[in-house]
Amino acid sequence: MFMQITKSLAVMGSVAIGTLTLGATPPAFAATEIQEVTSPGGITAWLVEEHSLPFVVIEAAWENGTLQDPEDKAGLTYMMAGLMNEGAGDLESQAFQGELERLAANLSFRASRDRLSLSFKTLTENREEAVELLRFALTEPRFDQGPIEQIRGQLKVAILRDAESPDKIAADAWYSTALADHPYTRPSKGTLDSIATLGRDDLIAHRERLFAKDNVNIAVVGDIGPEALSELLDDVFGGLSDATPLEEVALAEVNPEAQLQIIERNMPQSVVLFGHAGIAREDDDFIPAYVMNYILGGGGFSSRLMTEVREKRGLAYSVATYLYPLRHAALFIGQVATENERVSESLDVIRAEIARLAAEGVTEKELADAKTYLTGSYPLRFDTNDKIAGQLIAIQEADLGIDYITRRNGLIEAVTQDDIKRVAKRLLGPENLIVTVVGQPEGLEAN
Amino acid sequence: MLNRSFFLSKLALGALFSVALVLGACSEEEKTALSSEPIIHGEEPGAPETFELSNGMQVVVIPDRRAPVVTHMVWYRVGAADEPEGMSGVAHFLEHLMFKGTETIPPGELSKIVARNGGQDNAFTSSDFTAYFQRVAIDRLPLVMEMEADRMSNLVLTDAEVMPERDVVLEERSMRVDNNPRSLLSEKINQALFPVHPYGTPVIGWEREIAALSTENAIAFYDRFYTPNNAILIVAGDITAAELQPLAEKYYGSIERRADTPPRVRETSVGPDGPLRVEHADQRVRQATVQRQYRVPSYRNAPGLDSEAMDVLATLLGGSATSRLYRNLVVGSRVAANAGSWYSGTALDDATLGIYAIPAPGHTIADVEAALDAEIAAFIEEGVSQEDVDRTVNLLLAEAIYARDDQQDMARIYGVALTTGGTVQDVLDWPDNLRKVTPDDVMAAAKKYLDLSRSVTGILKPAGDI
Repeated sequence: MFMQITKSLAVMGSVAIGTLTLGATPPAFAATEIQEVTSPGGITAWLVEEHSLPFVVIEAAWENGTLQDPEDKAGLTYMMAGLMNEGAGDLESQAFQGELERLAANLSFRASRDRLSLSFKTLTENREEAVELLRFALTEPRFDQGPIEQIRGQLKVAILRDAESPDKIAADAWYSTALADHPYTRPSKGTLDSIATLGRDDLIAHRERLFAKDNVNIAVVGDIGPEALSELLDDVFGGLSDATPLEEVALAEVNPEAQLQIIERNMPQSVVLFGHAGIAREDDDFIPAYVMNYILGGGGFSSRLMTEVREKRGLAYSVATYLYPLRHAALFIGQVATENERVSESLDVIRAEIARLAAEGVTEKELADAKTYLTGSYPLRFDTNDKIAGQLIAIQEADLGIDYITRRNGLIEAVTQDDIKRVAKRLLGPENLIVTVVGQPEGLEAN
Repeated sequence: MLNRSFFLSKLALGALFSVALVLGACSEEEKTALSSEPIIHGEEPGAPETFELSNGMQVVVIPDRRAPVVTHMVWYRVGAADEPEGMSGVAHFLEHLMFKGTETIPPGELSKIVARNGGQDNAFTSSDFTAYFQRVAIDRLPLVMEMEADRMSNLVLTDAEVMPERDVVLEERSMRVDNNPRSLLSEKINQALFPVHPYGTPVIGWEREIAALSTENAIAFYDRFYTPNNAILIVAGDITAAELQPLAEKYYGSIERRADTPPRVRETSVGPDGPLRVEHADQRVRQATVQRQYRVPSYRNAPGLDSEAMDVLATLLGGSATSRLYRNLVVGSRVAANAGSWYSGTALDDATLGIYAIPAPGHTIADVEAALDAEIAAFIEEGVSQEDVDRTVNLLLAEAIYARDDQQDMARIYGVALTTGGTVQDVLDWPDNLRKVTPDDVMAAAKKYLDLSRSVTGILKPAGDI
């Protein structure tokens, strides 16, 4: 009854508002609980002990990702991630997966543009054996020809599916317009042509290059103590190379000119992306910008855009804006989906709201409401072992410090109306929006 | 220990005052309603507790004291399958309209009040249930209980609020269904599997019927089904039944019953007269898929351990990377890029058992469909070993342990069970029942339920493909 319920909820598809998506900041009550554990071999992890459930979660994230694909080998990192649990040591793919299942352990690897990561979960009773599988996967993956062909086939399917998805079509087009030929515009999964050329030697060399000790962040949450963890860290990660040079990636320049791009597709509803340059995570104004974005379009039903576009006019089911402080680019992007006849009206409303915020800032009440939400909802990011591990990784990646959880709400509290006015003026450019529309919008002309 | 006071100090007083003002008007009667003595179901930490209010509202508490937060949910035993003929989508439409205000809370304010108090809220509708929830710090629980109780009987709807929201729902349908060829195929498959039963109607509704829904339709639906005796309160998180009981009595116990609990009797036996096929060809599709769904009993109406056996069957047939379909079609012959199976066993009436395959590059829909048929035939011929069944059961039991990490998932598990004919005890008994499943049970279920005459095969393909 358990697994099936999760599935039925996933396909049920009738939720009143989308999940609130919050940016790149972390938690509060685990604060006193985080221990920094450094193994004799020099591997460091952040640990939150939680012994009430008999399992442990390990997350490890390397500060690189598909941006490290060689120029003529797009898709290599993505493909490698898919193959890391397809056989290791003396266990071929099916034997390896069979062992994971026998132990009821979960192990997956993921690649995104800026990150290569693994997620691992094991019951306490099987920990020793399951961790051995993790070590194998990380340090002795087989990359056998059978699984390579199988994963290549799955990648092809995924690439074709992306070509069906209006959201993905819009995102690819938007990034290309905004970032010209920066590596961020390269397809993470590669192309049908590029993945056809990838082979075993590429994968072996790439693994040695990307999985090093010097650029990994590790978070462990659950039923384990620091001594056992210390030993585990050396077992699992000790065999990685100390450091390897990564490809330098230039900071992306975001196209400063307004653009309107229309990609014709036969659909009843257009998908629209809009945005321009954003703000870096390490910028002193990031937190004020984050609060500003909550008020503009980040705050679900409470945001100005949701009120104007959805509640007052019924133009769309959802509209939202996000700050994306990527490692090599800072972006501000919004999304709305609305019927073809009303795209133009929706964009007018959105532009007007961005302009109003840039000119006038926010009211005292809006700021106070944003603060009570952002500070009060902070603990909701820490109520499962999985979520805590994810937050610990995010804090490490952004170099915010192990005490960030205790400081974070104070940083939000300190934001003033003047801060927001300053950052809104600096950041928002209603006249410079790069707009991508996928669909058959009426009354719009591309430039 | 987790530091609870840290959070309380961070909640601005301004928000508290504004909430108090809004709610001042509705905290009038505090008549104490009695409720039954809480029952603890089990001895482990986190064992669920239940009691019932005097107006018939059921209460489930799932303690999880790791963090000072709670998930508060109210589930109604009503969904799209309970809609009047010709009014598809009204259950989901009403779910949206429940955010449009009451006598004391202005339209759209409820979510904003929750947000101002550091909480998150949402709602969801399925064929068999509709549920509303908030996730908040434990000290905000009384606030959200008061507002949720308020909208159970004091909803105020006007055309000025309802009509724009109908446009929002039409946009939601476009986004989820009409812009997505895979959803369009699913609608066709469901219609074929359930030609008379309301499960054949999409939860979100048909576009034409959504466009005709009125304020009166929504109110009539609300008056008939939104009554405490048709509702279940589920609170998961940093609380026990003893702590919740006075709050539940205060906020929910005083709500009058507005209707009798309606019987949920729907047609159960007609169709599909299979094997049936439906196809959806679409110029937007780049990647073909084949799936087959069998109409089978659910946990509520299956005899004996048939549902548990189908859970094991679906998992060992196609639920993992070493399952039969994956091993033979994806890893072995490589005719499929992916393949699998599932059993969606929680439903008030019939459920579905499904298999699917995606052709690998260079292979056709016909290739993978033939391969699926051959695998099912060989599976039934060869049977399964005790070892396979043991391993599969262990996998499912581990998922049940992992699920306890998430209070929201736990609340949902109980909510779904209780609105689809199950009990708290059924959820608790599931691991033991699963352990009783034998290889013979699995094979008997396979022979009985992988029955082509009860199946619909759905093909999604690019327009123009043969």
